[in-house]
Order: sequence, then structure tokens, then C-alpha cells
Amino acid sequence: MAYERESISVTALNKTFHTNSGQVTALKDISLSIGDGEFFCIVGPSGCGKTTLLRILAGLENFSSGIISIKSTNKDRPINSMVFQEQSIFPWMTVIDNVSYGLRMRGITKKERYQIAQHYIEMIGLSKFMHAYPSQLSGGMKQRVSVARAFANDPEILLMDEPFGALDEQNRILLQQELLRIWEAARKTTVFITHSIDEALCLGDRIMVMSAHPGMVKTILDVDLPRPRNISAIRTSLQYNHLFQTIWLTLRDEVINNKNSLSI
Amino acid sequence: MIKQEHSTLLIRILSILSPLSLLVLWEIMARFHIIDTRLLSSPSLILHAFIPLLLSGELLYNTAVSVQRVLWGFLAGSIPGILLGISMGLSPLVRSAFEPMIAATYPIPKLALMPLILLLFGLGETSKIFTIAIGVFYLVVINTMAGVLSIDKIYLDVAQNFGANRKNFYLTVALPGALPMIFAGLKLGMGMALILIVAAELSAAKAGVGWMIWRAYDMFDIEQMFIALITLSILGYIFSLLLDRLENWVLPWKRQT
Repeated sequence: MAYERESISVTALNKTFHTNSGQVTALKDISLSIGDGEFFCIVGPSGCGKTTLLRILAGLENFSSGIISIKSTNKDRPINSMVFQEQSIFPWMTVIDNVSYGLRMRGITKKERYQIAQHYIEMIGLSKFMHAYPSQLSGGMKQRVSVARAFANDPEILLMDEPFGALDEQNRILLQQELLRIWEAARKTTVFITHSIDEALCLGDRIMVMSAHPGMVKTILDVDLPRPRNISAIRTSLQYNHLFQTIWLTLRDEVINNKNSLSI
Repeated sequence: MIKQEHSTLLIRILSILSPLSLLVLWEIMARFHIIDTRLLSSPSLILHAFIPLLLSGELLYNTAVSVQRVLWGFLAGSIPGILLGISMGLSPLVRSAFEPMIAATYPIPKLALMPLILLLFGLGETSKIFTIAIGVFYLVVINTMAGVLSIDKIYLDVAQNFGANRKNFYLTVALPGALPMIFAGLKLGMGMALILIVAAELSAAKAGVGWMIWRAYDMFDIEQMFIALITLSILGYIFSLLLDRLENWVLPWKRQT
């Protein structure tokens, strides 16, 4: 799939950890190019280093060698905002203060940041809970707030680390559909990590499959499903089934290899 | 449901009835000379002594003097305690610089420091305020640091990811995240302050509730001693009530859980 402009470029990225039992290669020779406005999904078995890769892109972790470049279109705009896997909205702030947190850190006036936050809170359907504290929200609502916080910050790229991983199936589908709707309106470059093939297919423009030990790029596949997408319609399409099969076969080898290498 | 309502009513009655019956028992035992009223007094004798002490303004004056010392000592101990505790929680460097010192000096009974404090600060107000401050400081600094350290690391990641500067790390993550523990420290500190005020007023004081207790001892005025003790317990109750109010106001996100 061809994008007019590149947003994220990663070249020959390596990451090694030093542990008591010696060096561990977490990521090996990762190279990829993500286009401007692309929804890029990464799937892989647990321990393949996908979260490490995302944290490196977020600047929360350093890497051993390689080059990362993320295009900046406006110097006032933050480079990235992350949606974390676990409960990450501040319990001591109301919903609106959580959603406008990034804007506050950038020194935007209260009036202006509340206006922007309000817009996103309406988009995620939590207007009634604008001034509520997280303890009054369900798990799904908290993740909605986390997603709204990232979008409201208006970064160059969005990074999502299995944001719906801890939710029950029904809530997950609802939030996936909502994310599609918000994302399809904003078309912001997004890197989305998941262990669910289904989720990657429903959301992504392209899917990168990773192998574990060390974490490497196994293959990158195009998802040629039309947008705007409807999750239930996608799931019954031929294309979906075909791609699901391809990814599953790749991952299955990976998981079995892993198991064998561990049991030696 | 019915059973539960019954038991809450019972609990309420019991919580009023039991101290009340204790007072009645005390009075009866005094009246029938089962206990020595010269040593243990009786509720009616205490009430009898209380009225002139209140009307003359003596009790209020002494209470005001002690309250002032407790408040200044409390502030002088808790504010540096909170500031240093947050810095120790956030920065491993500050922590390693201060933690051994605090851990080594914490077990020293603060009362054992009184003679040294008197030598350093003289017999005036400063030595009393300092004694209280030091007792409060340790409890607040230790609790604040533990509070910051117990903040889930994810919130520090969020702050970093959203571009928080140093000031914002303190104000939007460390301080609010540690507040529940800070309040636990403040409440312990308040209890400590009340213990220390009595000790501090033992030496070279001319007024205060603690001083009243020691003077009553010298003059063998048991009634006045009981009145001072009751005043202390009421003060303790009011202080903890005020701290609860403050906590509720500062921690609205805890209140609504």
C-alpha cells in the first residue's frame, strides 16, 4: 500500500537487555516504514517485544542501535501520545481533567483545553461523566477516557498498547467500533499493538507479524478492507477469512517453534 | 434487612450506653466509698471543679496556649516533612542521601531529646514548638515517601509521555498520588503532637494544658488533673475531626468511592 508521505521510519533497530544470565536480544533488526495517516497493527506472540517496540517509539525506553525518525509537521504539536494497556487515567482527576492533561502540560489555557476535551468526551459518549472521578467509571469507560486523552492531545502519531486487552468481549467490540469511528474522522497515524488477529484485521490498514526470541519482523500484510468499516460486516467477508488464515498459519509456526525451543 | 437495622441501632445504643454506664459506675463507687475519691475523684466532683475553672477563663487560656504550640509545631514539622518526603520518593539520589540518616535517628525517643532541645533553644516557646515539630516531622516524612513510592509506575509513564516537566511531576502526580498516605502521616503526627505537648510543658512552662496536669500533681489537685486530661482528649478528637474534614475536602476522589 502506497502512502504519499512517510510518518514513521525505523531502520535496523536493535534492543538488548542485560540480565543476570547474560544478554537478551529483545528486538533484532527491525525496519519498517509507516505512512502518514496509516493505521498500523502489530501482532505477535507474547514475549515478542511488541510492547518494547512501542515504548521505544514513545520515547519511554531507549534502544541499543538503529535509527528512528518520526515526522513533525508542526513544532507546537507533540510527537506522540500513548494509550496504555493497563488502567492509566489519574484517579485523582475528573474525566475532563484527565482528557485535557496533555493540553495542560503544553500550557494551553483552562478554557481552551476544556473546550477541546469536551469535544472528545462527547465523541466517546461520556458527557454525563465529565466531572466524575475514575472510581465511578467502569473498565470500558476508563479506557474510553484514555483514548480520548490521546486524541485530545492532537499528536503527530498515536501509540496504542493493547488498549482493549483487559476488557470483556462485548465491551471490546463496542470500543473497537468507537475507535474506528473516531479514527476514521481524524485519520491520524496510529501504531496499534494487539495479540488478537481479529482485532488487527478489524482496525488496521497493514498488519506486521512479529516472531519472538528475538523479536523480528516476520511479515507485513496489507488489509484491503474498505473504510468506513463495520466490524460485524468485516468479519463475514472473504478477505477477512483469507487474511485470518494466513496470519494464523504464520503465528502458529511461531508459537510451536517457541514451545519446542523452550522445552529443550 | 430487618436484622441489619436492628443491629445498627443496637450498635448506636451500645456506643452511647457503655461510656455513660462507666461514668455512672464511677460515681456510685465513689459515693459508696469503694474507691478513694482523693486519688480517683468522681464525675460529680470533677464537674464541680470544672465550672469555676471555666468561668475564670483559666482553662480556656491554658487550652489556647497549648493549641497554639501544637499548631505551630505541627506546621513546622509537617510542611518540611511533606516536601522532603516527596523529593525522597521521586528521586533515588535524594532518597539515598537522607534515608539512612532518617532511619538511624527515627528510633530515638523524642522525649530523650528534650534536654538537648532545652539547651539549644532555651526555656521559651521555641523549644516546645521544636520538640513537637521533630516528632511530627518523622512520621510525615516517612509516610509521604512511602506514599510517593507506592504510586503505580504507570502514572509516571503517562506524565512523561504527555510531556510533564519537573514541577508538574510534583503537582499532578507525586503530591495527589501520595496524599492519602500523607494524611495517614498527618494523623499519626497529630497524635504524637499531643503526647509531646504534655512532656514539653513539663519543663519550664508557665501555662498550657500539660502544665495544668503537672501543677495539679504538685498541688495534689486531682479534679484539675482530670479536667486537663479530658480537655486533652477533647482536643485530640477535634483535631482528628478537622483533619478528616480537610482530607475529605482535599481528596474528593477518595470520598466518592
